[in-house]
Amino acid sequence: MRRLLMLFTEPFAFLGRGTIQYVGSMGASAIFLVLALLKAFRKKQLPKIVQQLYYIGARSTLIILLVGLFTGMVLGLQSYHALVQFGAQGALGTLVALSLVRELGPVLTAIMITARAGSATTAEIGSLRISEQIDALDTMRVDPLRYLISPRITASIISFPLLTAVFDIIGILGGYISGVLLLGANAGTYLYRVQASVEMKDITDGFIKAIVFAVIVSTVCCFEGYFTHMRTDSHGAKAVGLSTTSAVVLSCVLILIADYVVTSILI
Amino acid sequence: MEPFPLIEFKNVTKRFDGRTVLDNVNLRIYEGQITTIIGLSGAGKSVLLKHIIGLIQPDEGTVCLRGKPLLGVRKKDIADTVKQMSYMFQGNALFDSMTVYENIALPLQETTDLSREEIDRRVRTRIEQTELGDSADKFPSELSGGMQKRAALARALVTDPRIVLFDEPTSGQDPVRKNAILSMIAQYQRRFGFTAILVSHEIPDVYFISNRILALYDRTIVFQGAPEDLEKFDHPFMDEVIHSLEGLQEELTGLHSRRQFKVLYQSQMKRKALDQFYVLVVFTLEGLDAIASGMGHEAAQEAIRCMGLAIEKHFGPIGGVSTRLGINEFITMLPYSDMAEAEAILNNFAADIQREDIVNILNGARRRGGEGQCVEIGIKAGLAQGRPTVEVGPVMNAAVEQQKEIARLRCIPDW
Repeated sequence: MRRLLMLFTEPFAFLGRGTIQYVGSMGASAIFLVLALLKAFRKKQLPKIVQQLYYIGARSTLIILLVGLFTGMVLGLQSYHALVQFGAQGALGTLVALSLVRELGPVLTAIMITARAGSATTAEIGSLRISEQIDALDTMRVDPLRYLISPRITASIISFPLLTAVFDIIGILGGYISGVLLLGANAGTYLYRVQASVEMKDITDGFIKAIVFAVIVSTVCCFEGYFTHMRTDSHGAKAVGLSTTSAVVLSCVLILIADYVVTSILI
Repeated sequence: MEPFPLIEFKNVTKRFDGRTVLDNVNLRIYEGQITTIIGLSGAGKSVLLKHIIGLIQPDEGTVCLRGKPLLGVRKKDIADTVKQMSYMFQGNALFDSMTVYENIALPLQETTDLSREEIDRRVRTRIEQTELGDSADKFPSELSGGMQKRAALARALVTDPRIVLFDEPTSGQDPVRKNAILSMIAQYQRRFGFTAILVSHEIPDVYFISNRILALYDRTIVFQGAPEDLEKFDHPFMDEVIHSLEGLQEELTGLHSRRQFKVLYQSQMKRKALDQFYVLVVFTLEGLDAIASGMGHEAAQEAIRCMGLAIEKHFGPIGGVSTRLGINEFITMLPYSDMAEAEAILNNFAADIQREDIVNILNGARRRGGEGQCVEIGIKAGLAQGRPTVEVGPVMNAAVEQQKEIARLRCIPDW
């Protein structure tokens, strides 16, 4: 009888445990983020933020340029062939620019930085944790949130919109290369449509998204690394690997969910 | 009158998830001493250390620093108190992406408002004091285990702490390195005057450097006192922890452990008629500090090891039972010899050691120390005769008083 009852209650218990765990980790992440942001304004933080800006921002530029260029090119290519069927190839500039500025720019930039810098952040912080280097900071009265986390989150919030802008510009250029230079669309029409169709609201909305994604990616990646030792499924180097994987997967999923939510609010 | 304790635990109890890790712990740690905490793995030694540094608060009881409880005072006061402490991790916890210099400078850069020049001066001083001059720009992975320990120690000492906590500082090291690290801790403790609190399993090696031993057993402190008093302590802790860790042989020298020496001594005394004699010889190796400062701590420990080998080589085959008495002292019991015979054996030993063994001792030190430094070492020995009816202590003291130099090797500039 008792076993039968358990069979009935266990799914609810499982769901409840999962929900409590999820809400708990969301709350912990939020506190983690707020504390890290508050510590960004302490003394001696600027050199660390600049160092992270170089790592997360400057060193991601090349990959953003490459991805942006080819995204714009493929967008120009596909859109041209679709538009030409309706004789609307003049709208190519509008389609490429709005797609990039509103959606593809912020989303792809965030995903690329997650892959390049986010995964490295989780792995680095996770390694520091399992080799007791974070505990060593504690015993030296160096606040690990101030020393390790705060500069990374702050640098991400600054870097993401700037890299998104780079992505947008190079993507529009990519669309120009494939649509105008390779397929023969009119150059003046393309550039005029880009200028005429993109409004300031589109650009600010894209930047708002970039900032939201920066907060999500940096918090998730730092949080996963910082609490690597709390994982129950593995320990040591394996835990660092799993934390890195879950940080990347979770960041990408949350970027797409947040994209929908933010778009529906801003639209 | 007993001095005022620097750190005191009063009825401290700590539980994790309903499991009691520390139960009603009472202990006292005194300023300027080396205190070693001994206990089995998982006994709660690290939890105890974390209470001292303020990373964990007790569920019940009080932790006092200079008589003031740590719990219930303002956060700033706790921070000020903890500022006086440093913690050296079992695995060193050096930042592997930073050089030795950067590792040592980090606590000063992050927790003080000192100028860059002043930080540089302090870091350079510690680097010189810990003999890391050539390794300042190297990364931890490029250093040997002993050098990493020294770098971790330099980092722990750079803020001039009054208390340094060492969590199993010798784990994973070979016998020579283990003793070199312990000797290094003792030397720096004397030089800088901090209070050292160690967690260690190295028995009896820690006895040679510790002023006090704390025995953690069954979630509480069952003994606190001098290492000599621990040997007289009658408690299951002795059998389950101390004797199991001590073994029959001393790891470094290969000589009998002190416990084994005692057992053999007592069995020999039982066999003897009350009027029969035995002889004790006490040896002292001089110049160990010169080796340590000229060639390094590992070289000094290698010299001790070679000295132990020389004693065993000469006295073992004729029934002598030897053990290490102190950092640089050894004792041999000759159960079947009278004074005249023992003197003849010792003269023979003195001739051999002057001709060959003392060179081996320095050679051994040189192998570990690398460079052939100009050092001078000497060996003293003294004999005393005893009977089964007489306590061993006075016989030993008499042997120490009778010590005279039997060998000396002076400066070797070009080895």
